[in-house]
Amino acid sequence: MAILREADKDKMTVVEGSYAVAHAVKVCRPHVISAYPITPQTHIVEELSQFIADGEIPNCAYMNVESEFSALSALVGSAATGARCYSATTSQGLALMHEVLFNFSGLRLPMVMTIVNRALSAPINIWNDQQDSISQRDTGWIQLYAEDIQEASDMIAQAYKISEDKDVLLPAMVCMDGFILSHVYEPLVLLEEDLTNEYLKPYETNYKLDPKNPLSFGAFADPSSYTEFRYLQQQAMDKAINKVEEAADEFKELYGRYYGGVIDTYMTEDADIILCAMGSIIGTLRDVVDNLRSNGKKVGLLKVRAFRPFPAEAIKQAVSNTSVIVALDKNISIGLNEGALLTELKSILYNTNLNMPVIGFSIGHGGRDIPEKTIEDIVQKAENVIKSGISHESEFVDLREDLI
Amino acid sequence: MKELLSPGHTACPACCDTMIAKFTLRALGEDCIIISPTGCLEVTTSAFPTSSWNVPWIHSLFENAGAVASGIEAALKAMNKKEDTKVVVLAGDGGTLDIGIRSISGAFERGHDIIYICIDNEAYMNTGVQRSGATPFNATTTTSPSGKVSFGNPLPKKNMPAIMNAHGAPYVATATLAYPKDFMKKVKKAGSIEGPTYIHAHAPCTTGWGFDTSKTVEIGKLAVQTALWPLYEIENGTITSVKKVKNKKPVEEYLRMQKRFKHLFTKEGGEEEIAKIQKIADENIDIFGLQ
Repeated sequence: MAILREADKDKMTVVEGSYAVAHAVKVCRPHVISAYPITPQTHIVEELSQFIADGEIPNCAYMNVESEFSALSALVGSAATGARCYSATTSQGLALMHEVLFNFSGLRLPMVMTIVNRALSAPINIWNDQQDSISQRDTGWIQLYAEDIQEASDMIAQAYKISEDKDVLLPAMVCMDGFILSHVYEPLVLLEEDLTNEYLKPYETNYKLDPKNPLSFGAFADPSSYTEFRYLQQQAMDKAINKVEEAADEFKELYGRYYGGVIDTYMTEDADIILCAMGSIIGTLRDVVDNLRSNGKKVGLLKVRAFRPFPAEAIKQAVSNTSVIVALDKNISIGLNEGALLTELKSILYNTNLNMPVIGFSIGHGGRDIPEKTIEDIVQKAENVIKSGISHESEFVDLREDLI
Repeated sequence: MKELLSPGHTACPACCDTMIAKFTLRALGEDCIIISPTGCLEVTTSAFPTSSWNVPWIHSLFENAGAVASGIEAALKAMNKKEDTKVVVLAGDGGTLDIGIRSISGAFERGHDIIYICIDNEAYMNTGVQRSGATPFNATTTTSPSGKVSFGNPLPKKNMPAIMNAHGAPYVATATLAYPKDFMKKVKKAGSIEGPTYIHAHAPCTTGWGFDTSKTVEIGKLAVQTALWPLYEIENGTITSVKKVKNKKPVEEYLRMQKRFKHLFTKEGGEEEIAKIQKIADENIDIFGLQ
């Protein structure tokens, strides 16, 4: 579970989530930032622009590009030149980047991009869910999900460390829920510059565009070699599992803060029911778990921090003694009627000796509020599954019947 | 002299793309980084595990060369490594005029110090000769074929140099493979100017246009001599040089050598269509003061 060193409370300041992230990016010393404005990501890039205007990020270019497509494309060039790169986007912007996402990871270039999670159009909606990043799950990017703004900002440094690791060399998304985290003001510790200089060494690579040592990037691979490129990407993702853990452990050691590795667990050891989710909903779930525990209900919480690489082994271990798993998804695969966590949880448990039921709920679409009562009702349904088996494997919650 | 584009690539005999790439590198030397969007040049020079490039080279996607070049230039400057290194895009017409126009527009508006060379073979040759925004009026392509009620591409060619000039580029020039000294002189000049520079190069395609592989240069010269491909330089918005066309030749001489215009000579009404093309050439004479 999340740890904050007692002494750190003196260092706390109240800032907006977007400021905290921008500050973290600043102390990670990027060379190129390239972004395009889109709600609710804008505050991050505005803060970074101000840092640049004030000369607070030395040796860094800020590119005001003409689209998200070019924002990420420009960073293909920058990262291939050996630069540490950053961008931030959301929703439509991330969808527009889709083609470049595959290209970035296929070229095995590192970078960090904050995804301020937001719903996709139509209907157009600027509020939070996680359909945007989940829809990019197969692009070969590492995806980390933050619970609160302290984690969303600290995760920037962790993500660079993982992404730039010689055994990984894959780009990373740090996902934070739009408005709920990006626009909230909370007390936190701004990522410490001195510690970050120690934690995150400058990015150095031999694989770069350099006239002194000419290399070719982005060659075309025919059927005799394409498969092996894909295989090596998968291998890098496999290695990233441990790197996520190591990055979190080293961070804990140095900064005294910890949010879990690939997953985090809360009261799962003896839990009959384990709620599984990602992002800001975790805070609500902790409260619900506390309330239900005080009423004697054995409920636990499994927070998925890394959605890619997917932490299959860690999850299997965490859920091995439970009676039912509940996936809460702020996304939906229309046509399958499942959120991504539900699908992944079922798939990793199949072919194992773990055969507890898994049910899922589509929740919080387009910024719909998720009150504790909704979670309690879901737990009630999970209890019914323990008693009498699954009636609905996956369903929408809190539907407004008057609109249907 | 060490060739910076090695032989052994898979381009067609008489291919303009690789020749223009070679002349570009002869003009600029080793201290450059090349960006090629998806297209014939990329495919023919980078079949893994081989590469023809003896300079750093990157291919990302079809429509993002302007942005990739911007990012390279910005990174070099941020890391204090720019010095004299030239950042050069070698792109086709589809990747420039059509699908890539957003990213080249952004790159030029932001004023990056890049050289962008469009190798214009006037259609999507890599995918089998489909019409692009650069395809000339009345040319037949696989997606603008001539037929019972069509003389081929019914639309005029997009005027890309004018668009780049409108971006405030300090240097815009047209060129052709057929006059390699002129081409290399322009590339060198582009390299000597700070900011985004643009060269639009005529690139006869033996496969897509339908002519004998020995005729590439002849066709290229005829395009200039008929005034269908005016050669000019624009510096800071003003035309500063044109190649005069002495003894202008009728457009038929250029059109007749290419299968993509064959229907103009065999179909009823073809003469009137050729007259329309002659009008384009005549207008070029006036616009650029070619005589």
